[in-house]
Amino acid sequence: MKFRKPAAAAAIAVLALTGTACGGKSGSAGDKPPAPGGANAPKLPTYTVAKNVTLNASPTFKKAKKRGKLVIGAKADQPYLGFEDQSTKERSGFDIEIARMVAADLGFTKDQIEWKTVDSGIRETAISKGQVDYLVGTYTINDERKKLVGFAGPYYKAGADLLVRKDEKSITGPDSLKGKKVCSIKGSTPLAEIKKPEYGAKTTELAKYSDCVQELLTKQVDAVTTDDAILKGYAAQNPKKLKVIGKPFTEEPYGVGLNKDDKTLRDFINNSIEKHVEDGTYKKIYEATLGLSGSSYVAPPAIEPY
Amino acid sequence: MNVLLDHFSAFRDGFIGTLSITAVSAVIALVLGVVMAGFRVSPVPPLRFFGTAWVTLLRNTPLTLLFLIATFVVPEILFPGMSPYVLGSLALGFYTSSFVCEAVRSGISTVPIGQAEAARSLGMTFSQTLRTIVLPQATRIVIPPLSSIFIALTKNSAIAGAFSVVELFGWQKSMSDLGYAIVPIFLWVAIGYLVITFAISGIFRLIERRMEVAR
Repeated sequence: MKFRKPAAAAAIAVLALTGTACGGKSGSAGDKPPAPGGANAPKLPTYTVAKNVTLNASPTFKKAKKRGKLVIGAKADQPYLGFEDQSTKERSGFDIEIARMVAADLGFTKDQIEWKTVDSGIRETAISKGQVDYLVGTYTINDERKKLVGFAGPYYKAGADLLVRKDEKSITGPDSLKGKKVCSIKGSTPLAEIKKPEYGAKTTELAKYSDCVQELLTKQVDAVTTDDAILKGYAAQNPKKLKVIGKPFTEEPYGVGLNKDDKTLRDFINNSIEKHVEDGTYKKIYEATLGLSGSSYVAPPAIEPY
Repeated sequence: MNVLLDHFSAFRDGFIGTLSITAVSAVIALVLGVVMAGFRVSPVPPLRFFGTAWVTLLRNTPLTLLFLIATFVVPEILFPGMSPYVLGSLALGFYTSSFVCEAVRSGISTVPIGQAEAARSLGMTFSQTLRTIVLPQATRIVIPPLSSIFIALTKNSAIAGAFSVVELFGWQKSMSDLGYAIVPIFLWVAIGYLVITFAISGIFRLIERRMEVAR
């Protein structure tokens, strides 16, 4: 996180100059947003913790109450989306905030959450074996997965998109990739998509998206492709150098993964998401996380209860 | 079985990829390794130093780190636009060359010093002595350890998959992403590797038999 320090320093300098120092740390997610907006960057909302929640029909909730804390599965390597600062162990990002928002509605404070980093490959296992109560981590809802886990949401409509350098002129969308070098993760869905002959792109396949972003910054590749949410996170991390094209060419509705048979909890989370979309909390979360990438807010898709 | 039948062409591409990067790196490693072994036993101090430095550096660097350097650093500083396949082969070849060098050198050390002295007294130069007297005798001894080195090289080539080279292990990633059960996937990948490594040990056994001499 090289750029973060100068950016923070700049923000502090701005604060000092304008004389509106406001007590430094403002609550959650020790991530000081970089340059855009500087001192008056969008702030994260605070969540009111509900009192006396009773969901006796939900085995997951009963277990969590007994335990005295909620175990939430998340990603740890996606900046501004699902991120864990390795030095402070502080979690931050859009998915993390959605999880906190739901937790507050369930009556759990920030300190009553235990985070578990769950890798993409073992999400179904972690949920069905009850290792996590619910999971928020770029988890695309599909029928194959619905056989194994339950989904609340969708809370965000992602889609494969392209991350390019800010000064890129020739790439305007998926149809302008002929002969361009595009990077993605080995064996991933977006990679399989971009390999289709109609795009005519040359692919570079690496192990981590951060490696791809590195290659993009050093001009080894011309674009990085994966879900736009992940790309927006990298663009928010580096808003002066990177941008997301904003023309998604697949559909990846993200849902909150939870136990397949816990319909009570599923409905509760659906209501929670709906409620906070209406009262503006959801939008505030977006503005303070993925919104920093410069990609403007889009209202989430309608909840699909089942 | 399904996973193999449904995606056989991808499996085949991966298998051929592993085979080809292994073969290319093996050639690089063999050539460089023998040259470095020559350096290390030569009477010229700077060459000896160079050979020792080469082995020490490459043998003690994790292979993944070498791949990282080859993929992210080399194109930026030296050769922009080099293909990942070439970069990967070089990383793998250089790394393995240090092991080949040490195997060859230990083979050379087993040739009695009297042999080299006799050659010298017949008026042979250092390189003639090495080529016609020492190396042919050393080769026999080097064959078994070389076989192990090349089998290890085959398995190490799996790392290249994370650096944009199409190879067998990468097939597993795509298949897991498509939601196939993990055990059969790994079974097929393992069988793919076994075919290659068995072939290597078979070839080396043949060479060993051909080179046998009565002692």
